[in-house]
Amino acid sequence: MPFACIFVPDFPVEALLRAEPELRSQAVAVLEGKAPLQKVLAGNEKARRAGVEVGMTKLQIEACTDFVLRARSLLQEAAAHSALLDCAQSFSPRIEDAGDDTILFDLAGLGPLFGPLPKIARDLARRASEFGLEANVAVASNPDTAMLAARGFSGVTVIPAGREAEQLSNLPVDVLFVGAVPSPILETFDRWGVRNLRGLAALPDVALSERLGQEGVRLQQLARGSISRTLVPVEPPLIFEEAIELEYPLMLLEPLAFLLSRLLEQLCARLGARALATQELRLRLELENGWHAEDDCAPQSTALDLSDRRIFQRTLRLPVPLLDARIFLKLLQLDLKANPPGAPIAKIYLSAEPVRPRAAQSGLFLPPSPEPEKLELTLARITGIVGEGSVGSLEILDTHHPHGFSMRRFAPTEPQRLDTWSSSSEKHISESNSAITALRIFRPPLRATVTLRHGKPARIVCSKQIQGDILWAAGPWRSSGDWWEQEGWSRDEWDIAVQAESHIALYRLVYDRLSGRWFLEGNYD
Amino acid sequence: MASPLVCSQAAMNHSIAFVPENRAALLLNRFSALPKFMGVTAASRLEVRPTPEMVSTGIDAIDTLTGGLPRGCLTEIFGPTSSGRTSVLLASLAAATQRQEVCALVDVTNAFDPQSAAAAKVALDRLLWVRCGQEWKRHDDFSRANKTFLKAGALAPKRKMEGPVEQALRVTDLLLQSGGFGMVAIDLSDVPLKLARRIPLTSWFRFQRAVENTPTVLFVIGQVPCAQTCATLLLKLQASGKSIVGPWSSVLGERPTTNDQRRTIPPHAQLLDGLQVDGELLRCRMERKPSRSVNAAFMTKMPRAG
Repeated sequence: MPFACIFVPDFPVEALLRAEPELRSQAVAVLEGKAPLQKVLAGNEKARRAGVEVGMTKLQIEACTDFVLRARSLLQEAAAHSALLDCAQSFSPRIEDAGDDTILFDLAGLGPLFGPLPKIARDLARRASEFGLEANVAVASNPDTAMLAARGFSGVTVIPAGREAEQLSNLPVDVLFVGAVPSPILETFDRWGVRNLRGLAALPDVALSERLGQEGVRLQQLARGSISRTLVPVEPPLIFEEAIELEYPLMLLEPLAFLLSRLLEQLCARLGARALATQELRLRLELENGWHAEDDCAPQSTALDLSDRRIFQRTLRLPVPLLDARIFLKLLQLDLKANPPGAPIAKIYLSAEPVRPRAAQSGLFLPPSPEPEKLELTLARITGIVGEGSVGSLEILDTHHPHGFSMRRFAPTEPQRLDTWSSSSEKHISESNSAITALRIFRPPLRATVTLRHGKPARIVCSKQIQGDILWAAGPWRSSGDWWEQEGWSRDEWDIAVQAESHIALYRLVYDRLSGRWFLEGNYD
Repeated sequence: MASPLVCSQAAMNHSIAFVPENRAALLLNRFSALPKFMGVTAASRLEVRPTPEMVSTGIDAIDTLTGGLPRGCLTEIFGPTSSGRTSVLLASLAAATQRQEVCALVDVTNAFDPQSAAAAKVALDRLLWVRCGQEWKRHDDFSRANKTFLKAGALAPKRKMEGPVEQALRVTDLLLQSGGFGMVAIDLSDVPLKLARRIPLTSWFRFQRAVENTPTVLFVIGQVPCAQTCATLLLKLQASGKSIVGPWSSVLGERPTTNDQRRTIPPHAQLLDGLQVDGELLRCRMERKPSRSVNAAFMTKMPRAG
């Protein structure tokens, strides 16, 4: 039964380089601890070649130039670890979390799906690279051998069954202890002159057991590649969150967009690897000093954490599941432009709510409709022009109030098949032999001075254009409602005709019975 | 030569879309089929431009007059207040949304009445309503707004204040570029004439280009023709002499002169039933011949009239 192992060497460095890939060509060292006692935790290959070793102080490194020093970020390490789990999960459902930098998983039965083992191993390395992690991948007949090979050999390694001892023989004994506290057994091996796994595998079993106990025997079995154990599978939670801890607070939206772009690409790659999309993006910014929020934030895109005044949150809800980093970035940019955080940014958290992707097949005979991705961008841009709450579709409220409607998010339903909608449209067309007289509303209604004669309006003075004798009037049509609430209303409506410059115009005149005022509510057109 | 309007009447009874015969293209094809002209390419490619698909406005009289609304073209309807422009717009939107098309209304003066639209059977979930000028009204005090902007830092809002017409032009640009809309309507009805005439012709040319070769109907209503030569179809509406149709329709046409006659008509006994509208086709560029004036009349009815 084949097993695979993904191991990310220099994990703290890789976690940082995931957010700053341009640093890959430079020597990077990660420091841990509080100033001035910071020490090197890890460094990449270039840094090691330049002489950087784990445990060196910051002062020792600063003597050398051309080094990029970064503080350890547990946030980014957690995100990188989640990405590693997603990478493994995209190939096999049975995975074991063997450490922050190591994932083991079962490849049994994946041949017909992904191809032969070398191909799977190469695809794994490529997938990890897409997630921003340069990982070693090894495939072997047992999980521990795969793990030793991944830690010991760089790149992709495939160990055929039965040749484990031969393949592992050249590895140093150090690989048995990577990630653990320096063991006294390693010192013993050193004193015995055992430098590699070949030497350890060749030692007599009984003598080794007498001197080092069961731990020694276990290590020898590992070196021979003959140990066998069952995998301890884990079910990684469906949490897709990426974070960046900034060295210096961000002051402008433009550099923020660069960082958001990287985070979104990582998120989309992770979601894509799990065959998921997202319908909700949450951006959380930790601000440097103070709190600033817009008063007119839209309800659908605001989630304020009032308990902590240093957190700025925006939630982007989409009508359909999407998986396009560029569209997400543009939407976030437009949203932040309309609702800026108002203070320098210290940390960025971006999370996505996973949902199943949209399965839609457009038909040849369906009427045209906007692509959801484009439509969402267009709506965001229009909102940027006309403001929040001025774009959307209408919903008529269940009330007799003449202005009983509300605006809601525009999300047109998918068109139905031709045979089902053609009958209804033909029916409508056959019925529509005349148009409805439309009312054009004056917002706000125009205040008018009305002279009554025999109980009906006879003259109106409203503006320069609308004044004069009322030529014809019909009414009043009385209506009232909501009298049990503070916003009660009661009104008399009149339809009037007034002589305009060259024609006759029809208006709706309203007498507000509560305030005793006349208003011109609109005109018929 | 017979008028294409004759065949439009028959077509409207059966189908949603209507395609009038392109006589120029037909003539060109016949000439090119002659042995003398075999292998000769037409000098003007404009002659063989495909005739746009026509869709119903939802009003039979207008469909008969114009053949419908051309897709991929700009249609402009203008007229004074109470001339039925908005009624035609709502009928067109209703027809389009009933065809399951997604429509957009750019409401420059925020005058759209949802109740009228619902009565006209517009599928409101398929209609995108863009209300221009809301922000502008909110920040009418420019100096105060500018002061607010100056106080804010780099991460504070810096929104340029625009008038409703500028907003409408930008929004229309975005909608046309987005694509997929069956109809994009711009309502310029209550825009002051001075502002409406100030809209640069280049904007209309841009819209015309953007909508060309797409299934979108670009529909503009206003008080005066704004798009000028960019409009493929130009229709003028006006209320007829007896504009109020109903039991007391004689009131406006033959105004009562005496107070006694006025007293005999109780106002609560009267009802505004609808408008009698005359339409005049001023331009139709689908036929390559001089424009002519053709008239039609139709009636609108009040929602409460049933």
